[in-house]
Amino acid sequence: MTILGARRAPEDSRTTDLASHEVDGWRRDEVTLVQLPTGGDSRRERRLGRGAQRLIGVALLFAVWELLSLAGWIKPQDLAAPSAVLSTGAHMIANGSLGTALWASLQRVFWGLLIGVPIGAALALASGLSRTGENLIDGNVQMLRFVPIIGLESLFVLWLGVGETAKVSMIALGVMFPIYINTYAAIRSIDPGFGELADVVGLSRTQRIRRIVLPAALPGFLVGLRMAMAVAWLLLVFAEQINASSGLGYLIVQAQTFFQSNVIVVCLVCYAILGLLTDAFVRALERVTLRWQPGR
Amino acid sequence: MTLQEARPLEATGPHRDDAVFVRDLRRSFGTREVLKGIDLRIGRGEFVALLGRSGSGKSTILRTLAGLDDGATGQILVPERRSVVFQDPRLLPWAHVLDNVVLGLSEKDSAERGAGALGEVGLAGHEGDWPKTLSGGEAQRVALARALVRHPDLLLLDEPFGALDALTRIKMHALVGELWERHHPAVLLVTHDVDEAILLSDRILVLTEGAISLDVDVTLADPRLRSDPAFGELRSALLAELGVDEAAEDGAQTHRRGDPQSKDQTSNQDRSKETGGTQ
Repeated sequence: MTILGARRAPEDSRTTDLASHEVDGWRRDEVTLVQLPTGGDSRRERRLGRGAQRLIGVALLFAVWELLSLAGWIKPQDLAAPSAVLSTGAHMIANGSLGTALWASLQRVFWGLLIGVPIGAALALASGLSRTGENLIDGNVQMLRFVPIIGLESLFVLWLGVGETAKVSMIALGVMFPIYINTYAAIRSIDPGFGELADVVGLSRTQRIRRIVLPAALPGFLVGLRMAMAVAWLLLVFAEQINASSGLGYLIVQAQTFFQSNVIVVCLVCYAILGLLTDAFVRALERVTLRWQPGR
Repeated sequence: MTLQEARPLEATGPHRDDAVFVRDLRRSFGTREVLKGIDLRIGRGEFVALLGRSGSGKSTILRTLAGLDDGATGQILVPERRSVVFQDPRLLPWAHVLDNVVLGLSEKDSAERGAGALGEVGLAGHEGDWPKTLSGGEAQRVALARALVRHPDLLLLDEPFGALDALTRIKMHALVGELWERHHPAVLLVTHDVDEAILLSDRILVLTEGAISLDVDVTLADPRLRSDPAFGELRSALLAELGVDEAAEDGAQTHRRGDPQSKDQTSNQDRSKETGGTQ
């Protein structure tokens, strides 16, 4: 017997061996071979990129909208045509009204996030790091999150008047919840094995927080941040439409009074663009800070 | 070579050459007593393997010696400098390989030492890699470097090769043997792979139902070969102690006879049960 002799393909033995092989009416000599497609990578490369296809999708929507407007199916007083929106937008940029409104709105969102995000993150850390913190904080947050923030608007106006403070406070409060919930969940789901590792290599409490808890909480925090941005824009529109003398929401309310659907659409487009920009910002942040994650 | 019953501990107490001294270690979980009065002594630089079936309490011993479980009673003396290699590499995914190796070290030269340890496990040049880019074997070698860089007087290995494929495991055996030759820490290797225990250790303990039922010196000539008749003899004796009837196994699984992995099918099942039980 040779152990390391290369095995040779038996000549013409297949048909004779297999022809008689039949199990439950299943004949092994009746195997049909199919040719699988190959070279898929190069074929895919030739196709349009994902981004381009998405852009085409958006462009198609606008084209249909424009055509329907031209044909008179959509009346200008109901919804302005894209071309009208574009020229209105250009006009509003030129006379500075859009810029002023945007600046006022951006400032509210900025301050709301700047106050709400750190508070949410700090509460999540306090709650995630100690049982006492969890007992004191988590119950309250879980209860409050079911109160619709928009319903608190009246209270805020009652306490803080109709000025900037009320709007910024509402955004800050609304932003806190998604930050807290996602960061807290990330801390709670840290692999307990890392705690053992910290014991074994003798990490101090500060080192544990810096080397294990904070990096582990970051992905959850960033998910929370994206949700927080969406919440911030939502609350902004609401707050500005209730009582404001500046900002995108104020422009919308004014336009409504004067039946200017083109101005309303310009403002809505601004909201959409701002939402996309803030989302892209967080995505970029994720790309830079979460390079260690599998699948990135 | 002779097999003897578990040696009674001399009444003299810890000796100056001891790296581990344990007397009457008992540990219960609820009403179940898992460790029933363990006496254990490991000399400095001694490589001891602890064999046992799943649920025998071998991981509990290791976790107690590591300081991860303080629920036991008895006298336990261990060196201040100890390192643990777990069954999973347990690398922080957000830290580069080198940062994982020197985790918790604050000396000025720790980066240098970490790079040196990576070189010793054959991973020089991987300092800046993310753990996600490593294979299973490479990740476990990083874990080994993380243990070594602390210059441990006691190295605790908790089934460190259990999750590796057969070929990688063979290489890891050689690497661990080599590193032990060079650094000579006392080692406690917890495993249920009998061949692994025979290949690597000076002494093998078998834990049966919470007590050490067998304590045997391995006196095979180096290099230890599975083809050595004494190897097979020792393996049979250990398997018998673990309650495995080799003849019956062989009859049922002739095609796997003599294969170093022949016990692995069963041990894999054991392991999943065990990790399920201890976590």
